[in-house]
Amino acid sequence: MQAIEDIECDLVVVGGGGAGLRAAIAAAERDPGLRIALISKVVPMRSHTVAAEGGAAGVARADDSLDGHFNDTVSGGDWLCDQDVVERFVAECTGEMVRLEQWGCPWSRQADGQVHVRFFGGMTTQRSWYAADKTGFHMLHTLFQTSLRYPGIQRYDEYFCSDLLVDDGVVCGVLALEIASGKPVRFGAPAVVLATGGAGRVYGQNTNAGIVTGEGMAMAHAQGVPLRDMEFVQWHPTTLPGSGILITEGCRGEGGVLTNRDDRRYLQDYGLGPTEPWPRPKAMELGPRDRLSQAFWYEDQAGRTVPTPQGTAVQLDLRHLGEDRILERLPMITEVARRYAGVDPVREPIPVRPAVHYTMGGIPTDVRGAAPLSGLFAAGECASTGIHGANRLGSNSLAELLVFGRAAGEAAAEYAREAPRRPQRVVEQLATEALAPRLELLRNDRGERLATLRADLNRAMEQGVGIFRNEAGLEQACTTLAALRERLRRGIRLDDRSRTYNTEWLTAMEFGASLQVAEAMAWSARARKESRGAHVRDDAYSERDDERYLVHTLAYPGDGTGPVIDHAPVTVTRSAPRRRAYGAEGEAQA
Amino acid sequence: MSESQRITLAVQRFHPEQDAEPRWQRYAVPYTPDMSVLEGLQYIKDHLDGSLTFRWSCRMAICGSCGCMIDGEPELACHVFLRDYAPGPVWVSALDHFPVQRDLVIDQSDFLEKLETVHAYLIPAGERTAAEGTYRQTPEQMTDYYAYAQCINCLLCYAACPQYGWHPDFVGPGALALLQRYNLDSRDAGSELRHAVVDAEQGVWSCTLVGHCSEVCPKGVDPARAINQNKPGSSARYLLDWLRPGRRRQEGSE
Repeated sequence: MQAIEDIECDLVVVGGGGAGLRAAIAAAERDPGLRIALISKVVPMRSHTVAAEGGAAGVARADDSLDGHFNDTVSGGDWLCDQDVVERFVAECTGEMVRLEQWGCPWSRQADGQVHVRFFGGMTTQRSWYAADKTGFHMLHTLFQTSLRYPGIQRYDEYFCSDLLVDDGVVCGVLALEIASGKPVRFGAPAVVLATGGAGRVYGQNTNAGIVTGEGMAMAHAQGVPLRDMEFVQWHPTTLPGSGILITEGCRGEGGVLTNRDDRRYLQDYGLGPTEPWPRPKAMELGPRDRLSQAFWYEDQAGRTVPTPQGTAVQLDLRHLGEDRILERLPMITEVARRYAGVDPVREPIPVRPAVHYTMGGIPTDVRGAAPLSGLFAAGECASTGIHGANRLGSNSLAELLVFGRAAGEAAAEYAREAPRRPQRVVEQLATEALAPRLELLRNDRGERLATLRADLNRAMEQGVGIFRNEAGLEQACTTLAALRERLRRGIRLDDRSRTYNTEWLTAMEFGASLQVAEAMAWSARARKESRGAHVRDDAYSERDDERYLVHTLAYPGDGTGPVIDHAPVTVTRSAPRRRAYGAEGEAQA
Repeated sequence: MSESQRITLAVQRFHPEQDAEPRWQRYAVPYTPDMSVLEGLQYIKDHLDGSLTFRWSCRMAICGSCGCMIDGEPELACHVFLRDYAPGPVWVSALDHFPVQRDLVIDQSDFLEKLETVHAYLIPAGERTAAEGTYRQTPEQMTDYYAYAQCINCLLCYAACPQYGWHPDFVGPGALALLQRYNLDSRDAGSELRHAVVDAEQGVWSCTLVGHCSEVCPKGVDPARAINQNKPGSSARYLLDWLRPGRRRQEGSE
């Protein structure tokens, strides 16, 4: 039998992106004596937070208010947000931005040395703190470098966490593999914070890094934790055709416009106009992402998009901003467009189209980041705190990972101090059981190629669980995903059977997690027989139905035929659902 | 997509469980003009040989994972394109000057340890409370350090640095650029603490001004400049130490 190394600690944080680092720092500050293991499958500064571009929300201007941020977030989420959590969230964003500044984050500044904020989609005023167009990069490096100051944080870089260990309904650690050697390690701890990011890679066209494959969600789900609101997947409206590389919403925040084949600012035809004055908040190109991606879909169907070798596109035009402003505010976009699209945004529009960007749903948590399993906490994209509802507003996720990363870190630290530990032999037994199927992957002599299965998964999701959904397409997707699960069970054949840095083995485990998350998405979408936010149906359920569906979706692991779907109430405190409106209609409403 | 064009990728392979020495393996890969070298490697992994091992993640030159030697130059594989190496072969190997864990995967722990020694985080003069709010820092003050804050830790500069190749003790361009990033930040008061690193034999004085580090940097960080900005101060401290009676400079760690 394979020996499993044992590491005893007090708190395990899985994931070294923004949420995981913020959680680890918060836990270390709360209790400097705590032994914190920060486990990440990549060195933390490689985490996908690094690719966030545009900004992080936090009320900063005299003409802004917490109520403003609250109302934008709740209406942006099409009233599926838990309003008590949103209230707590908006109250804490600014303090977290300040904290990050005091740790050295190079936020962009005004001439007088004060921090600058920019417009973002669906936000009433400028409230997105930004560091040029590398906001996530600077936040992540600031957090990583700051984390080096805390001796309580012991990093396990390039350890792949495969399983959550749970004994009799109580978390007691995780199983991980040291990637360099393939050696299994069990981390015994009474508290675990999952901060593993989203699952955008279940789709073919996405803005996400290769590592965004949903293991944290799958790990919790495998232990009976439901995944909440998984049908709400965000398509970012402006990404490069083919690669899906992100072209930040900050472009539009700075005044960039979108035009179709006929050079028309087509968003005026989708309830977001009139076009002037521009830029103005919550209108035209500063509408929310769900609306913009849906508008693209209609334009594409009507043949008003522009062909490119990598698929159809619309045009993101920055030229009127002028070279100086483009280079100052959007230097990375300029470089990315030049290099990856062969287009100079100073001189010509950038071809863009929607791609999957963000998983609104995830592991359900309360305001402290606690999941419905003793000892389990979650933060960041893998969590469903309830703040995003049916559609996340741009720049709320970078704020989220700070606010709720900190909350989860503090709550987990407090819990860990009091919680009883499970006996080592129990943890050892659980780890041994969890390891067996992982090792089995290395022994299969027969089976399909991993890349074939992954391509089929991506296709099933693009076709059946896309920007627009309908009953027939969703049913087909569920059937295809079930068949994929059966194909995976029959076995995949790896070329690589060795232990040293076996990335093919890791990818196989990631695939299993992705498939599990994809099924939760497809089944949840099928069960929501209405249209709301990013979940839009073009069959009999094309309208929002508050009577039946002002509820969260819960996808529980099933008995082998697929997830079991249940619903749970949404917390409405002070914003009663009404018609969601932008552009002129929204302005009349306000 | 057209598959009419093919290019050969010659990739250096090394598996510590199986190989005594690195070996070259050739793969014929169909490519389109928009394909990066990374996408060529991914094609091999998916369709030809699942055992080929390399790091990658963001595929947009910001995560710093996929550095390797391409035709002998340190590059991010996602940042250069197969079309520019036609007719090939494209020679791809692990970053120079680092131990190889497997194929294109290098052991980056030396850099991570050095990063911890340079105090690459803000050390303010005094604690500032949340209520006191943000520091003021003008755009002009930001320009002092801003370029150095763009380092993505991709380690191309270490692979380009002949000194690091000869003397792995050298703190090296990337970590010294990050040290200077904080020294030049108007909010920071920690440069005294960092002088020990700068002045040590493995600090800025190991740099012989080759400057290749700055040429290969995909983010325009210019670590050579960061290192040389430190030399006058380091010289002055050295002289002052000798001139001041009773405060002899402590001998190095040898």
